[in-house]
Amino acid sequence: MKKNLPSWFWAVAMLVLLLGFNLFFTPGFFGLHVRDGRIYGSLVDVLNRAAPVALLSLGMTLVIAARGVDLSVGAIMAVAGTVAACLITRPKDTPFAGIDLHGSVLGIVLFSLAVAAVCGLFNGMLVSFFELQPIVATLLLMVAGRGIAQLFSGGQIVTFENPAFANLGKGALLGLPIPIWIAASGFGFFTLLCRGTALGLFVEATGSNPTAARYAGVNAGRILLTVYVLSAVCAGVAGLIGTADIQAADANQAGLYLELDAILAVAVGGTSLMGGRFSLIGSVIGALLMQTLTTTILTRGISTEVTLVVKAAIVVAVCLLQSPIFRQWSRGMFVRARA
Amino acid sequence: MRGISKRFLGVTALEGVEFEVRAGEVHALMGENGAGKSTLIKVMTGVYTPEEGEIVLGDKSIRPRSPDDAVKEGISTVYQEVNLVPNLSVAENICLGREPRGPLGIKWKALRARAEKALARVGVEIDVRRSLGGCSIAIQQMVAIARALDVSAKVLVLDEPTSSLDANEVTQLFDAIRRLRSEGLGIVFVTHFLDQVYELSDRITILRNGQKVGTWNAAELTRLELVSQMIGRDASALDRTISAASSEVNAAKPFLTAKELGREGSVNGLDFEIKPGQVLGLAGLLGSGRTETVRLLFGLDSADKGTLDLDGVSIRHFGPKRAIKQGFGLCVEDRKAEGIFPELTIRENMMVVMQAKQGWLRKIPSTKQKELATDLTGRLKVQPPDIERQIQFLSGGNQQKALLARWLSVDPRLLLLDEPTRGIDVGAKFEIMSLVERLRLEGKSFVFVSSEIAEVVRSATQVLVLRDRKVVGSLEGNAITEENIVNAIAGEAV
Repeated sequence: MKKNLPSWFWAVAMLVLLLGFNLFFTPGFFGLHVRDGRIYGSLVDVLNRAAPVALLSLGMTLVIAARGVDLSVGAIMAVAGTVAACLITRPKDTPFAGIDLHGSVLGIVLFSLAVAAVCGLFNGMLVSFFELQPIVATLLLMVAGRGIAQLFSGGQIVTFENPAFANLGKGALLGLPIPIWIAASGFGFFTLLCRGTALGLFVEATGSNPTAARYAGVNAGRILLTVYVLSAVCAGVAGLIGTADIQAADANQAGLYLELDAILAVAVGGTSLMGGRFSLIGSVIGALLMQTLTTTILTRGISTEVTLVVKAAIVVAVCLLQSPIFRQWSRGMFVRARA
Repeated sequence: MRGISKRFLGVTALEGVEFEVRAGEVHALMGENGAGKSTLIKVMTGVYTPEEGEIVLGDKSIRPRSPDDAVKEGISTVYQEVNLVPNLSVAENICLGREPRGPLGIKWKALRARAEKALARVGVEIDVRRSLGGCSIAIQQMVAIARALDVSAKVLVLDEPTSSLDANEVTQLFDAIRRLRSEGLGIVFVTHFLDQVYELSDRITILRNGQKVGTWNAAELTRLELVSQMIGRDASALDRTISAASSEVNAAKPFLTAKELGREGSVNGLDFEIKPGQVLGLAGLLGSGRTETVRLLFGLDSADKGTLDLDGVSIRHFGPKRAIKQGFGLCVEDRKAEGIFPELTIRENMMVVMQAKQGWLRKIPSTKQKELATDLTGRLKVQPPDIERQIQFLSGGNQQKALLARWLSVDPRLLLLDEPTRGIDVGAKFEIMSLVERLRLEGKSFVFVSSEIAEVVRSATQVLVLRDRKVVGSLEGNAITEENIVNAIAGEAV
């Protein structure tokens, strides 16, 4: 029997294909130059812009592996971003006026992420304890989350000046933008968490067969709670990056539709939406693939309206290639054509 | 209508089975699991096409190619699980797919009138505009029957219609069935409840191993005969097979004691003790409460009657996690739905219980996992011995062995085996049986559920006989014989 390809094979193949295309047809795509101790270039740009979706996709991978889906991550990004912005500006007549973190970036980050974690806990409770369907449970916060963020901000876009905090989105370390480092550490953390402990096995078992998992003594409810909290914290981090980058929190626009990008990244990365086996590296590659695509289209000057269509076409192609039925069928076509 | 006769010379499922239903009779179709009841019904209702044989309805030979086809010919079926749409109204459900239509779409008044008429035939008067999901299971069952009657059915097949009904609802259903019988319908009735068979049916046909054993008038077939025909043992000429010597077991001190343990609507009157090295066999027909007993012991259901003592301490309201901690293990009856993690590897499938017991933080190192899995795979002769293969690609017998290995990895003191030999080949069956005996001698205890009485006799040191969700007998030592078990199942004096 042929050795099975890893589930993320087709996403990598497509990414390589796309980079190859750029190598020959997009002049300067691989060009890097250093200015003020920072590396600039399309590749760095891809990594930097992919960072928020990559972070979302890490949490989303676990949620999907546990037979769920988290539609609220975009809204949680807005919540976390708004909370951070309000902690900095402390507008009057809001609860934040009374919270003084003395401008500590660490304090702001931890506080915002704690709020995100509470959102995840809410999702997790609905799914595990009340057994709501994940799509419905997380739809609640997807809709209500932005409303909560607006309550915090008083309906305004909150702009702030805090260079230390802005570094999270705009700063650089060893020449590379901070968001890249954050996403990379997120990936490292998740890999360690899932494969260094038994969490990965329990998530896969719960997603593969929830009844069997319960009968085997796995606390499936607690696993569900955990994955939704992790997903929300990832969203929180992504939201902070976005807010820091523009030094403003826009409760309406921050992270809009990014939950869909994250789900796509997971699907493209080879994790089945039916739950069970998951691949973290696959999801990250999926996120990179989609950002590479967007950047390619932008740098080639193709009108942005086309972007979404091309994006959809590539995603469909990768997903079809993952389908055993489609592969069998196309092989059949190929054989017949030769005969 | 003269009745249906059907020949079918398939290789496996059914072999030359003749079956006849007369107009105006209730004909019970009996047989253990895998006897061919459902295959026969599926042939009759057009789900399967027989390789050989013919179905004659009235004086016309028919060949239904799909369930729809069969319905048009006049053979309607009501399945065990209600196959209706809960959020549509009762009337819509009855007429679904054949709504009376006018120029302006569905004629709702005509539809409701038709639904009411169909329901009246089964003696139900409810508001047909109610949504089906809000009705009791019994009413839903009646609606399913009414739906079957809405087309001019000549034959009505009821596949275990009573399994999810309580006693009152069963009475209600039976009244409806009797009314239909008097209208001249031929009714095929499949059930596992012996009392119901005798209460309702005029004739009984028994299948065994895909062959017809015979057809009897219900009044002329004793319960004992019925049971022995179903399981294929002549009750009067049974050898007195003596089970594993149990004297040393009797000397041991019991660690688990159940007194009058039971649960409303599940199983009742469980009285037993489990000692180290004991195999407690649970015998009874399907639906007699065997699986329910196992569920109570593993904490999947909680008992609301009686007591369960472990090492002298009363335990109640515990879940599977605690059951595992107490040293219990459960091999489920339905491996696929409740046992395996299909896309995970053999190794992961084996390790999950041990890992769950250790907690998620203390991951079993991968070298140790490999070592354990390889060892268990070898000990239980799992084929292929490739521990990194997905378990879904293994045969049923090997999946079962891997699941046993899952429990052996945590060294349980009591293993609950629910039909451990179901659907696996003879070789694997034998291996599992001898494994149970070997582990028993090492001092492990088992609760062993099997439909095959021979297996129970061979392995059990004590047998509880269940009928209609009650314990009706307990056999020990030399008294454990197929004859005694069959007698107890049939309700004759032991």
